[in-house]
Amino acid sequence: MNQTPQSTAPMAGQLPHVLSADNVTKKFDTAEGPLVAVDNISFDVRPGEFLSVIGPSGCGKSTLFNIIGGLTPDHDGTITVDGEVVRGPHPSIGMVFQEESTFPWRTVIDNVCFPLEIANVPKAERLDKARHFINLVGLSGFENRHPSELSGGMRQRVAIARTLVSQPKILLMDEPFAALDEQTRLLLGDKVLQIQQELKQTTLLITHNITEAVQLSDRILVMTYRPGKLKRIVDIDLPRPRTSDVVSSPAFGAYVAKIWGDLREEASRGMAESERAR
Amino acid sequence: MRAMAASSARFLPAAFGLFCLLCGVAIVEGMLRAGLLNRFIVPLPTEVIDSFGRLFGDEQLLARFLTTVQETFYAMAILAVIGIPVGTLLYQVPVLRKATETWISALASAPIVLMYPLFLVIFGRSPATIIVMGVIAGLPPLILKTIEGLSGTRQSLINVGRSFRLTRVQMLTKIMLPAALPTIFVGLRLALIFALINIVGVEFLINFGGLGQLINDLAERYDMPGMYATIVFVILVSVLFFFVTERLERWLRRMS
Ligand SMILES: Nc1ncnc2c1ncn2[C@@H]1O[C@H](COP(=O)(O)OP(=O)(O)OP(=O)(O)O)[C@@H](O)[C@H]1O
Ligand SMILES: [Mg+2]
Repeated sequence: MNQTPQSTAPMAGQLPHVLSADNVTKKFDTAEGPLVAVDNISFDVRPGEFLSVIGPSGCGKSTLFNIIGGLTPDHDGTITVDGEVVRGPHPSIGMVFQEESTFPWRTVIDNVCFPLEIANVPKAERLDKARHFINLVGLSGFENRHPSELSGGMRQRVAIARTLVSQPKILLMDEPFAALDEQTRLLLGDKVLQIQQELKQTTLLITHNITEAVQLSDRILVMTYRPGKLKRIVDIDLPRPRTSDVVSSPAFGAYVAKIWGDLREEASRGMAESERAR
Repeated sequence: MRAMAASSARFLPAAFGLFCLLCGVAIVEGMLRAGLLNRFIVPLPTEVIDSFGRLFGDEQLLARFLTTVQETFYAMAILAVIGIPVGTLLYQVPVLRKATETWISALASAPIVLMYPLFLVIFGRSPATIIVMGVIAGLPPLILKTIEGLSGTRQSLINVGRSFRLTRVQMLTKIMLPAALPTIFVGLRLALIFALINIVGVEFLINFGGLGQLINDLAERYDMPGMYATIVFVILVSVLFFFVTERLERWLRRMS
């Protein structure tokens, strides 16, 4: 399946890659000695591509995410965005974090307005755009609530809207749907996919959910557990436009089974290792 | 039914507390009347209560109270303007912080009121001496709480700021200070209580200004019931301040 023809050819007159990782390695010094969280990972992302990174818990996905986002300065290897080596947060990259990241002191609409406020967008325009994206993530009517009055999944949707409103060229998301129930996850996945296709936004999604990865992605990077290496890159050759209905097709099932085969090995090794450590 | 149970659960502790207080007062009254306590030193609680009318009339208790409140208000305004920026600065400059934090903690627990002769020499018997003493008393807890609040900002919120490429100043004003606000407010509350104690204390010591001076006056005139009544009044004022600021703080916490 690695050799299947690519579904999204690079567009003429554009750089072939918007984002590249070259031999990216990150070691942590822990009490039990050095820990290689990300081990020599290289890959390229094409413009407009939807790429997922999947791997078992603790394999280094968030570490990789932070490196690409320019938040981790002391790593080995390079990240290149638009041919430019990343040395800090890059203006083309928008991030949605795994942890709770809404501002508790701001209402939903003020949270979503935040990046526009920083960019000095006039107030009326700011509110218009924010409402549009709040609507998109299904939170209309909650504009004036504070995050403490929302569920965990709703807060995560606020965080997604806050990043989308800045319309980044490259969207990085670290398990953005993890706190959502399966139905909301599928529907929100459709929405994100729809935006991504409309804006031709390059998207990198970090997840441990196989269905989600196959539903949304052009390609999936499968990571190994300790050290966090790249195990395989799987091309997902399902027709677009896709909706969550694709989930019930036989081809979809075949992809899920294949990736599960890869992950099962890693996940069970991960579990065995953490049990031995205990 | 449930509403009644809930409201009784809320008022029961307060009612019990009041009941205990009244019992205590009744016991003291009984002991005084039975001659077990010296009436010359401890006045009858009923006399204390009776003297309130006289205090509000002849001694202008309300005006005294307003003087003290005004001094406290000025002290708090100065405190906020100095304490929060100083705390922020110490947080931003680790060397400064490491050099001074222990001293500030030590000062927070020192009887700062003893410094009053210094300011008496500088400012004389004036509101300035009283206000400055209030400020100095409130400063250490406010600075410490400001530092604590800023250091406690969640990493994920800082990361959001970094990913949107905020400047240092924006990071501070748009993320760290708002995130620290509930903790800073705890600092302001502590500062208020410390300042009030010191303001009344210095008023007493330099015999100038509001409630503290009144206590001093009444003691010198040997008006024991009046003096005790004023002390009770000061306690009620602190309770009121405590209560109001606690409500405010809870409201702030709900926002965050
Ligand atoms: N700051 C740190 N210091 C030390 N070790 C760390 C640090 N951050 C992460 N690690 C370790 O690096 C490994 C990878 O962590 P990471 O958060 O990237 O995993 P993950 O794949 O995102 O997991 P999950 O799916 O549970 O979010 C883990 O073993 C973790 O213990
Ligand atoms: Mg993670």
